[in-house]
Amino acid sequence: MTRKESQQLGKGLAFLSPWLIGFLVFTLLPVALSLYYSFCDYSLLQSPAYIGTENYRQLAADPIFLKSLKNTLIYALMALPAGLMVSLGLAMLLNQKVPGQAAYRTIIFLPSLVPTVASAMLWLWLFNAKLGLINNLLDQAPFSWMISALNFVLGILHLPQIATPIGWLTDPLYAMPALALMSLWGVGHTVVIYLAGLQDVPGELLESAEIDGAGAWTRMRHVTLPMLSPVIFFNLIMGIIGTLQVFAVPYIMTQGNPARATYFFTMYLYDNAFRYLKMGYASAMAWIQLLIILALTAFAFWSSKRWVHYQGK
Amino acid sequence: MTKTSLSRRSRAEKWTATLALLLICVGFILPFVWMLSTSLKTLENAMTMPPEWWPSPMVPENYSAVLENKKLDFPLLAHNTLMVALLTVLGTTISSAIVAYGFAKIDFKGRGLLFGVMLATMMIPFPVVMVSLFTIFRWMGDNTPLQFLGTLRPLWLPAWFGSAFNIFLLRQFFMTIPDELSEAATVDGCSEWGIFRHIILPLSRSALVVVALFTFMGAWNDFLGPLVYIQHPGQYTLALGLQTFQSQHGGTQWNLLMAASLLVIMPIIILFFLAQKSFIQGIATTGMKG
Repeated sequence: MTRKESQQLGKGLAFLSPWLIGFLVFTLLPVALSLYYSFCDYSLLQSPAYIGTENYRQLAADPIFLKSLKNTLIYALMALPAGLMVSLGLAMLLNQKVPGQAAYRTIIFLPSLVPTVASAMLWLWLFNAKLGLINNLLDQAPFSWMISALNFVLGILHLPQIATPIGWLTDPLYAMPALALMSLWGVGHTVVIYLAGLQDVPGELLESAEIDGAGAWTRMRHVTLPMLSPVIFFNLIMGIIGTLQVFAVPYIMTQGNPARATYFFTMYLYDNAFRYLKMGYASAMAWIQLLIILALTAFAFWSSKRWVHYQGK
Repeated sequence: MTKTSLSRRSRAEKWTATLALLLICVGFILPFVWMLSTSLKTLENAMTMPPEWWPSPMVPENYSAVLENKKLDFPLLAHNTLMVALLTVLGTTISSAIVAYGFAKIDFKGRGLLFGVMLATMMIPFPVVMVSLFTIFRWMGDNTPLQFLGTLRPLWLPAWFGSAFNIFLLRQFFMTIPDELSEAATVDGCSEWGIFRHIILPLSRSALVVVALFTFMGAWNDFLGPLVYIQHPGQYTLALGLQTFQSQHGGTQWNLLMAASLLVIMPIIILFFLAQKSFIQGIATTGMKG
């Protein structure tokens, strides 16, 4: 290494030093410690005692763990595709040059600014079975007609009918969809990312497709979506990481109830760590969570070769 | 295809889009309207069936009742939250900018590798470090004169060591500033720190504002962090306080709860309207650069 090179290295490390220290103390050390704890019996009151893979073995047979894992995956399967599609659809609508465009954009973005706890409070009130706005609206025309029609069809098919008022947060059947529905209110952030991506879709390309007789659907399917695929991919990755960690909303709104129907992975992890003081057990859960996120992200990257098109830059 | 049929079709598309947008926007805005309406009602009125949209009588006193509520102690919660948010913003903006400069403008061996490591840390979920960070802060409290657990420190201290996301954002921005500027300054005898401080930082105001805004919102919103580290109600943040306020009351006082929630939302909404452009641009760039 020349004198110049080592000088540069010194300067570089000096500027990086805040992050280097932070990385060692607040990331690398905790990650390493939590890996170690995951092989320990650690109650916080006593020092950790090594027990090998016992935590992981217990987890594999723990019905609550399996339930929380299943719930989390189901929630992700509901909320993630719905969120990606709704936000993409909204972005495409908001990209149309219609009067009042700026106002529409602001209105759809605003809910994503609402702090989690405040929006949990608001939706507790909206979902309230007896007094909530949603059930009261469903009680009135035209929504009441829709429910009657739906129940009629369900009756013919010999399926259980919808009983009103709907116990959005108290009925195991509805609690999870209710949380997914609520998450759609906050898609504004994703919409803005899509909108930015839509600006990069060349107008000439869409125009020439239109002159060639392509309708709105064909243009979207064969021009806009392929051009937008890197942005969809980005939102998918962020969505995977986010939805698999869902915590605050169900913790505040349902505490995991009814009958653990909304008891998610991070909630059980938190309870193990800070309610039952099973730090080793919680750490093992955290590592499983990390591995699941990594595996799903790796899978998304692998699949992206088939559907993500990068423009040559 | 003739020109008239083309324009007729695009006009039809425009009308459909407008109608759809109108309906959707009503859906998006209804919860806010309902929240505001409930917050201005008497409790009895809030629980009337079927619900009325216009509060009568109108009770704006609900807001002063929330602000003066002894159990909730809104001023204390707001003070704690502001403390954490401001210290976090200050710490993360300064430290992330310094580190981002190192990644963007200084060419040294191992830079690429370290940058890769930093990006990888963004994938680590908070629960992975949550438990051991707790034990680290406990150890630090036992072995240094400072206390950590049961204080607000664990919430803002890590921010002073840069955050990967913000470093990444600022680094991308610094890269767009031409190197000729710093080279000219070097010829004039300016030190590396001088270039950072007097050339790069002033040119990066917009990016720094984005980082500050997002960090402020993150701190204002954070629920899990305070839930883990804060033990005493005297240190509660707004997020924790609001949650306690709701769960404490046997029969929830929806009108007061909605007023309190709106008071928590308002600062963020005001901030948004003051800095709308930075918000939108910031979100757009993070999405595009990914």
